[in-house]
Amino acid sequence: MEIMNLINALPGAVAQGLIWGIMAIGVYLTFRILDVADLTVDGTMCTGGAVCIMMMQAGFGVWPSLLAATAAGMLAGLATGIFHTFMGIPAILSGILTQLSLYSVNLKIMGKANQAINVSKFDLLVSLRYIKGVPFYQNTIFLVALFIIALIAILYWFFGTELGCAIRATGCNSSMSRAQGINTNFNTVLGLMLSNGLVALSSALLAQYQGFADVNMGRGAIVIGLAAVIIGEAIFGKIFRNFALRLLAVALGSILYYLVLQTVIWLGIDTDLLKLLSALVVAVFLAIPYWKGKYVSKPVKRGGNTNA
Amino acid sequence: MLELQTIYKTFNPGTINEKAALKGISLSLEDGDFVTVIGGNGAGKSTMLNAVAGTWFVDEGKILIDGKDVTKLPEHKRAVYLGRVFQDPMTGTAATMEIQENLALASRRGKLRSLRRGITRQEREQYQTLLETLNLGLETRMTSKVGLLSGGQRQALTLLMATLKKPKLLLLDEHTAALDPKTAAKVLEITDQIVNRDHLTTLMITHNMRDAIAHGNRLIMMSEGRIILDIRGEDKKKLTVQNLLDQFEKASGEEFSNDQALLG
Repeated sequence: MEIMNLINALPGAVAQGLIWGIMAIGVYLTFRILDVADLTVDGTMCTGGAVCIMMMQAGFGVWPSLLAATAAGMLAGLATGIFHTFMGIPAILSGILTQLSLYSVNLKIMGKANQAINVSKFDLLVSLRYIKGVPFYQNTIFLVALFIIALIAILYWFFGTELGCAIRATGCNSSMSRAQGINTNFNTVLGLMLSNGLVALSSALLAQYQGFADVNMGRGAIVIGLAAVIIGEAIFGKIFRNFALRLLAVALGSILYYLVLQTVIWLGIDTDLLKLLSALVVAVFLAIPYWKGKYVSKPVKRGGNTNA
Repeated sequence: MLELQTIYKTFNPGTINEKAALKGISLSLEDGDFVTVIGGNGAGKSTMLNAVAGTWFVDEGKILIDGKDVTKLPEHKRAVYLGRVFQDPMTGTAATMEIQENLALASRRGKLRSLRRGITRQEREQYQTLLETLNLGLETRMTSKVGLLSGGQRQALTLLMATLKKPKLLLLDEHTAALDPKTAAKVLEITDQIVNRDHLTTLMITHNMRDAIAHGNRLIMMSEGRIILDIRGEDKKKLTVQNLLDQFEKASGEEFSNDQALLG
């Protein structure tokens, strides 16, 4: 257990955490704002990378490829949204249906289970080779951090608009929203599209970073996303009240997740067990609010307020 | 203003839980009518209100609001014409959003929600003055989350939201039932104040006979999915609880059996 090995691995962990942070922000939008657990993301987390790599191999630049990947993710969100609203299928099942369909779609996009892209032949935006020994403006950590700040700024603005407020209201109280003339179905679909667009963008960056897209790269993505959301809230929830800071907390949560993961790997744990451990940790954190409500007694509030 | 033409609604048809909730209800409200609705549990009061609001579509019959046929209009489109306050204080507001944001949502009822600001500075000032009229101290808590408010405060806020854009029809579904008597009285007072100020056509369900008699210019009583009494004008003004009970027995051929309505 050479400590230098761990220290050398940390920048890579931070870069991965940042890239997954974009994905986690997407999960936050559905899980916390729309109040829907959207399992589509396990499929979308490959679709974005697949589209991006195939586009780049076909000669497109990195930016159009990222844009196309994002659009593909939004289409996946649209599919889940239609299953859920128009066809009345429960949200979780809708996500599973799209996720399963995406497995075939992803294979068709890539033509096979795995497509590589060579960093020395293509002009990639991020890569694990761009962590050390490159000017800071080419550094993956710097670039993805910029990406996240820009995304948070855009989302902060968007959720302050009339439309963004309508999405928030839809997730918070759909009866009230309809009573106030909000088309809750439309807003649910829009929220799912937005979320999956972000996930696909994250996937496209991840595929570039690791140099390949793989049909299994999204497996368990929802758990990583939820872990980031939960870690972010647990650590920064008390101090980060503002919406932009909450999104930042999610991204930081993702970085922490990868730092812990890297440390656990360094400690020599059987890596086959990692997904099991992640799932258990997320399960416990999801249970905490329930346990709190059930077993921790709170002072009873009687009657109404005197000035109400 | 509102016209219900022989409305039928059956829940869970063809199952053992089948319930004929509305059996051919017809009702016509004049502009400015304040109608109180009373009846026992399962009489169809809330079902009638939900039929108007468009929570689901009715099986048969027609619903007209201000002359427009809204029978097939989905809930969120019908909302343009309606202001609604629910029995459960949690239902009418978005708990995780600020007081001013809730008001801003309500002020955009019936408008296209675009990428303009969700709330403007001008609106903030307007809402502040509006909240002052409630006398609940909410004007100093504009950025507080609604989830922190008491039930009475939330109902008062919901009332404000329901009437921020003047509705063609105000639907109050036992909106004081979940409150303690003192708070309920205060919310009813605010209701009267707003209804009178804006001359709103109102349909108010209540479980309390005294309230039903004391408020509005017309009273209807429902039983088993039908309207069995319709009292208005001078008759309504002279009405007493005993009087109403006698009339109920005559109309339905049974004794009124809702303790809550009698004692409340």
